[in-house]
Amino acid sequence: MAVEGIGARALRKEDKRFITGKGRYTDDIVAPGMGYAAFVRSPHAHARIKSIDTGAASVMPGVDAVLTGDQLVGDGIGNIICGWMIHSKDGSPMKMGGWRALEPEVVRHVGQAVAVVVADTLAQARDAADAVVVDYEELPSVTNAVAALGPDAPQIHPEAEGNLIFDWEIGDEAAVNAAFENAAHVTRMNIENNRVVPNPMEPRAALADYNSAEEHFTLYTTSQNPHVARLVLSAFYNIAPEHKLRVIAPDVGGGFGAKIYIYPEEMVCLWASKRVNRPVKWACDRTEAFLTDAHGRDHQSEAELALDSDNKIIGLRVKTVANLGAYMSLFSSSVPTYLYATLLSGQYNIPAIHANVKAVYTNTTPVDAYRGAGRPEATFLIERMMETAAREVGLSPAEFRRRNFVRSFPHQTPVIMCYDAGDYDATLDAAMSAADYDGFAARKAEAASRGKLRGIGISCYIEACGIAPSAAVGSLGAGVGLWESAEVRVNPVGTIEILTGSHSHGQGHETTFSQLICERFGLDSDSVSIVHGDTDKVQFGMGTYGSRSGAVGMSAIVKALDKVEAKAKKIAAHLMEAAEGDIQIEGGELKVAGTDKKLSFTEVALAAYTAHNLPEGMEPGLKEGAFYDPTNFTFPAGTYVCEVEIDPETGKTEIVNFVAADDFGKIINPMIVEGQVHGGLTQGIGQALLESVTYGENGQLLTATYMDYAMPRADDVPSFNLSTHETLCPGNPLGIKGCGEAGAIGSPPAIINAITDAIGNNDLTMPAKPEKVWALYQSSMKQAAE
Amino acid sequence: MSKVSMVLNGKAVSADVEDRTLLVSFIREVRELTGTHVGCDTSQCGACVVHVDGKAVKSCTLLAAQADGSEVLTIEGLANNGTLHPIQAAFREHHGLQCGFCTSGMILSALDMINRHGPGNLDEKTIRHELEGNICRCTGYHNIVKAIKAASDQMAGMAQAAE
Repeated sequence: MAVEGIGARALRKEDKRFITGKGRYTDDIVAPGMGYAAFVRSPHAHARIKSIDTGAASVMPGVDAVLTGDQLVGDGIGNIICGWMIHSKDGSPMKMGGWRALEPEVVRHVGQAVAVVVADTLAQARDAADAVVVDYEELPSVTNAVAALGPDAPQIHPEAEGNLIFDWEIGDEAAVNAAFENAAHVTRMNIENNRVVPNPMEPRAALADYNSAEEHFTLYTTSQNPHVARLVLSAFYNIAPEHKLRVIAPDVGGGFGAKIYIYPEEMVCLWASKRVNRPVKWACDRTEAFLTDAHGRDHQSEAELALDSDNKIIGLRVKTVANLGAYMSLFSSSVPTYLYATLLSGQYNIPAIHANVKAVYTNTTPVDAYRGAGRPEATFLIERMMETAAREVGLSPAEFRRRNFVRSFPHQTPVIMCYDAGDYDATLDAAMSAADYDGFAARKAEAASRGKLRGIGISCYIEACGIAPSAAVGSLGAGVGLWESAEVRVNPVGTIEILTGSHSHGQGHETTFSQLICERFGLDSDSVSIVHGDTDKVQFGMGTYGSRSGAVGMSAIVKALDKVEAKAKKIAAHLMEAAEGDIQIEGGELKVAGTDKKLSFTEVALAAYTAHNLPEGMEPGLKEGAFYDPTNFTFPAGTYVCEVEIDPETGKTEIVNFVAADDFGKIINPMIVEGQVHGGLTQGIGQALLESVTYGENGQLLTATYMDYAMPRADDVPSFNLSTHETLCPGNPLGIKGCGEAGAIGSPPAIINAITDAIGNNDLTMPAKPEKVWALYQSSMKQAAE
Repeated sequence: MSKVSMVLNGKAVSADVEDRTLLVSFIREVRELTGTHVGCDTSQCGACVVHVDGKAVKSCTLLAAQADGSEVLTIEGLANNGTLHPIQAAFREHHGLQCGFCTSGMILSALDMINRHGPGNLDEKTIRHELEGNICRCTGYHNIVKAIKAASDQMAGMAQAAE
């Protein structure tokens, strides 16, 4: 195999097992003697549990046990926690209500687990779960966050009066008020960001195995961050001390945020495995996933943008109500605060910003980070405002944005972030050129001749990745540090194992991380293995989310490689009796510059382990570890241009062209980066056109299957036109910014800007389903006629 | 309980199973071939697609007993003595997979599509339309469509060369 280093379109090492059916996902794994878990779930959005009768169920065939919340609490299993403290503007801490893995008293959303059955087969467990009789006293419920703040709303948690979790602010309110007093023009909008469900194709699953002799637990689970899972299960939920708990996240079928958190079901499987003294497996079905996987987005905002007489932005004021659902999930509080309002400056020079965010409990599934997490909400808001303001003041959307771009770096925004590098003109120019923006008028006229409406929309996004500098996020309330670790083990025969705390669930780390080693040592990819996802193998790590594995995870590998390289050079210099500074690594060999003396990497590795002839005082072996803590966030940015054609008879939108011009900094593997963008764009298109979580009046989730919740399918999306423009991130050794979330962050406003352009009506909310688009077009036609 | 027999990936197999056993459970749990996946409960996602007597079916929607006496092909039976099928190779070549969970169903749906239309007779629009029974959350379909087109064209070339 050829040496494929940084920048190569290397085909993926992991593919062979997936295309031949040899992947190993959690539900594929079996343990001798294992039983199956089935959960009893609340059919009500809000109800008091009067009694739970497990009698009939517990004597059914194959049933080991029917366990309830009283037993769980009695065994000292801790409440589920949110790991990021937010303080309200009055200084008070957020008001977190109690969340038990099995609820004994009051259920607060449809689908909440109240009991679990363990039986010999899945069918027996499900039959017995159906036979558990729960007597509920139904209580009034509320699913809309603004309604939950109203005076007549039902009280959901005693800890959070009026359902208000926190009332938080950022920015300089007085400066913003002054800007609005001096404004030549103000653009005002109400903006909703619709609730969506992440929907990785592999449903969550767990296999918990308790060994009573060792008092040791093993948990196979669908996790993006197995070490964080172990930490939380140990430190907060009292499952077992860390050295008695091994968490393995094997092949994981997509995450998109939904597999960051430690959910009730995984905890219950561990606890139940000890209770029934056998391994316990649970595999979520799709409706359970809709009911219990953390949802994403769900913001309602009022926004105002103040412009001066030159159409430069002088102030932005935002008020947002964020629906966190029935319980505070692990990182839920950080999403509508530090991952959202800190990005409201977009790509623009905005001297004054103030944002107020109210986080609210409702009787809905908990909401947490979903691909982009806060940054899509910020981007949708600012990019809808930019397009609308441009239309109002009569400037082209591109010209209005250009007039306000940040062009000097570093750039300190008024909302914490300090942008380190970027070239926003370059990506806007590239996208407009690729989209043939100048030719749009002709295409619109041609579409009109066929009776179709054509529209074009722009979105210039910025996001913050490389999550995150530990001290910085610690000062903002995070309960963990967000560094990453790596270990490079060179074997005596010269092959290399990289142990990383990052976790791949589709991102292709086995390929891209190997490319770093190939680049550095000139070895072929077959000589390298990437080890991840097992707390017994990798010492610690923070996992994969927030597009952090390149910028943070690879940086840790680079630090460890630096140490390995330094030691290998010392050994080579000693063996070849040369100066250390004269050793060069090239093509898998260590050479003495200017001579024909050389040793293969294998020879040096072997020398390190035989230790027969090492430099004075050097320890044997060739293995180094490193922790990397970033110094700043990274700031991927770019421009997306969407062109749509709408059938005015049906309101159906077809995306006829979608152009993405991204700046991700250094790219390790363009093929994989393009794949990330394709997937992100499609999730953004899903949110903009198709996907919408809908609750009925009594808090029933009406969209809990793929027949009711519209996932984007192959004929809903176009092929994409991508390009990249590279400005290196100055903050990490490779110059990487991150690419995993950009597509989902930047695309929704481009699509809605295009549709509103086509129909001449700006009141469109997501998803832009045909009936909505049709009705808005009809009303703009009617208005035009009057 | 019923005795169910079938030829699975070329091998005659049989087992006594509960009447309600789904074909996908027979494949995954009884025969322990875990390359076929379950991604939903409503026959929408296509992660469980296998071939029964040469036609693509969603194995979560068929009872094992309904496949009694049939020839069943799963992803594990597609490669020929270690040589990847052209569709498998094309998915890798064109980066048509990320997490891999939908991939088995995608590949077997693609095979059915190529069989029905004839190798070389697929364009992008047809492929996208034909894929509506398979959901992928990772790839945005862009590279899956490319992979299926490339495999279809390559298989046409192979068929021509064989003539």
